Amino acid sequence: MAVIRDFAFQGMQMLLVLLLAPLLTGFVRKVKARLLRRQGPPLIQPYLDLIRLTRKDVVLADNASWLFRVIPYFVFATTWIAASLVPTFRSGLMFSWSADLIAIIAVLGSARFFLALAGLDVGTSFGGIGSSREVMIASLAEPAMLMIVFTLALIAGSTQLSTMSAFMNSPEVGLRVSLGLGLVALIIVAIAENARIPVDNPATHLELTMVHEAMVLEYSGRHLALIELSAALKLLLYVSLIACLFVPWGISPATAEPKLLIVGVAAYAAKLAVGGILLAVFETAIAKMRVFRVPAFLGAALMLGLLATLLLFVSRSF
Amino acid sequence: MALLDTITRGDKAKQHRPWPRAIVTDAGWQQAIGLLAKGRCTLLGLWGDAPFVHMALLADTFDDIAVLSWRCKDGKYPSVGVYHPPAIRLERAIRDLFGLEAIGAPDTRTWLDLGFWGVRHPLGKSIPARKPGPYQFLPTEGEGLHQIAVGPVHAGIIEPGHFRFTANGEHVVRLEQRLGYVHKGIESLLRGATLDAAAKLAARTSGDSTVAYAFAFAHAVEAALHVKAPPRAIYLRALMAELERLANHFGDIGAICNDASFSLMYAQCGILRERTLRAAESCFGHRLMMDVIVPGGVARDIAPGGSAQVQALLAEVRKVFPRLIDLYDNTASLQDRTVATGILTPALARQFGAGGYVGRGSGRKFDARKMPGYAPYDDLKFEVPVLDAGDVNARVWVRIREVEQSLSLIDQILKRMPGGKLKVALKASGKTCEGLGLAEAFRGDVLVWLRLDSKGRIERCHLRDASWFQWPLLEAAIEGNIVADFPLCNKSFNCSYSGHDI
Repeated sequence: MAVIRDFAFQGMQMLLVLLLAPLLTGFVRKVKARLLRRQGPPLIQPYLDLIRLTRKDVVLADNASWLFRVIPYFVFATTWIAASLVPTFRSGLMFSWSADLIAIIAVLGSARFFLALAGLDVGTSFGGIGSSREVMIASLAEPAMLMIVFTLALIAGSTQLSTMSAFMNSPEVGLRVSLGLGLVALIIVAIAENARIPVDNPATHLELTMVHEAMVLEYSGRHLALIELSAALKLLLYVSLIACLFVPWGISPATAEPKLLIVGVAAYAAKLAVGGILLAVFETAIAKMRVFRVPAFLGAALMLGLLATLLLFVSRSF
Repeated sequence: MALLDTITRGDKAKQHRPWPRAIVTDAGWQQAIGLLAKGRCTLLGLWGDAPFVHMALLADTFDDIAVLSWRCKDGKYPSVGVYHPPAIRLERAIRDLFGLEAIGAPDTRTWLDLGFWGVRHPLGKSIPARKPGPYQFLPTEGEGLHQIAVGPVHAGIIEPGHFRFTANGEHVVRLEQRLGYVHKGIESLLRGATLDAAAKLAARTSGDSTVAYAFAFAHAVEAALHVKAPPRAIYLRALMAELERLANHFGDIGAICNDASFSLMYAQCGILRERTLRAAESCFGHRLMMDVIVPGGVARDIAPGGSAQVQALLAEVRKVFPRLIDLYDNTASLQDRTVATGILTPALARQFGAGGYVGRGSGRKFDARKMPGYAPYDDLKFEVPVLDAGDVNARVWVRIREVEQSLSLIDQILKRMPGGKLKVALKASGKTCEGLGLAEAFRGDVLVWLRLDSKGRIERCHLRDASWFQWPLLEAAIEGNIVADFPLCNKSFNCSYSGHDI
């Protein structure tokens, strides 16, 4: 019985992230549109886009290799797995033992590696530009992310997300400077990883300024649908990650009554909404930075992560 | 001393107004090239009129214009471009359209003719087209250079043009443009057209500057026929020209910010642009005010209550626009993108005679409304804003200052709007006559030169957009910048494809 229930919860989480991801993207777009005094597309537009794309034929370049066709499925699968492992409404799920923060970063990293390969595969200049910029950003974002993980792991005593989340929810955690620094650094990394303004603009039509979009410019039809869904999942993943680590309130623990789930789901929805609104406001209030400013931006995240770790050691030694 | 008198010349053309035209021999042509190369005057235009090639010069005091004509023997004339680079593209266009060859031209590749026309030299002795060979882009040598081909079809809804970047990583080493995709054959269509039809054609050269084109065309016709439009028509023309300038500058300021992904400015400026266009529609029955300016006057009066509509527009702009300027000026992330990006040196702007915000953002104080000037601007008070920085930010600021000047101009125009007739009837003069007209469009000076036959029909009409001298400067301004900054630089120039490709 317990096994079935665990399965059900894990399955529910997987379905929840998959179904909510386009909604979050649609919500951010809607809020941005309202901030610009526009009506904006309906909230469900990303779903409609996905349906439209899956109905369309795939246009493949003549020289596209098998890798180009396989990569969208791979990227989607890995991103979905990673998103399903982050505690959302309930911690201690069936596979939470594998929800190691470093593992999640590695899974996302491999997805990006293959996507960059796909950008190079067809040999167009935009794909090359996109891949080179993406890899430049990733090579700076990943060390920063690892520094953040060190800090959090040192505080929580684990890299396993359910444990970390539970610790952050407990009174032991206290108020720490390192956590504040870690939060800022994590937000910077999340912005860069999700190709949001000021690092990249997901809504631009200017091929020469694109990063992520240039890389996937050659994709169409169901392949593009998978890539778009992966991008939406990744955004959801990062918002969930920030939520489960820094605002863990409301996540129902593994031992809790099933009826507490309602609270968990409601709290999760509220966190996503707040995250979406903050993202939209931030993106509206700032212009995109020059490509060569991005290293400085991500360097700040790395330094914050480093500082957070150092401060931890300094405060420990007393 | 008048500009033309400094050049060895033959007789002046009898019926060429308002500035003189003269046929020159080799001595005069070379003197003119010398003046251009030394920067003593500015090239205003170079166009074919088989068997002639005409060259319009602007004195460096901006108050005198001269047209020199070279009679081609065996379809050849001495190249201007070999000593004065701004003429290179004009010479290539003359060859594509007329088949007239520039002797010693540094660049003999085609320019406007992309091989789609079915004929070659459509305005000269046309011959059937042959299959065009591959276009040779200029070579670049060096390690680690790669090419990026952009366009002619772009991802956004903009006009077509091909850009070939050679880049070293992110740094642009060379940009080369390939234009001509929106060639409409307007100069062919204009041959033999009646004045009514010709005015419509000229107004469709570039939709965003339709008022300015109609304005310049009317100037040329009225000069050729030696008539003056009635005062009320002149003031209505200026009102439309300023409304057009406002709408385009609002659109540009927003679009430049949007290319830095700052969509807030884009949305707010879009609202102002829309309000301006709506005011234009309720005043003149058309959002872009197309075909309202006609040779001899204007086709219709401002609608009853139109003046109040414009006043309401001014009031709203005066309320909202200063806040947008503050937003632009105080958003550090936006300033970081526009300041020191895409610098155009004043020397280059001067050499190419760049008009509009491109020239005025790089220290060239030329505005056709002021100098050589035309009615009613000689009666109105306004300033020509000039900045020296030459970067994207300077071009934005010139636009901002021009919006302010336009607001004040519209105020003055409404206050002084005289009554009276809207149009004078145009009568054919019974002999061949020529006219040259200038008007300041939002992106720079539009030049129209035409010759009318004895029945008042067009024999030859040449339209020259300001973009002819701005496109090459964009190639210079982007050098050393990063590839990702090109859209920003390009939008700050906002050159016309349609006006250039004719």
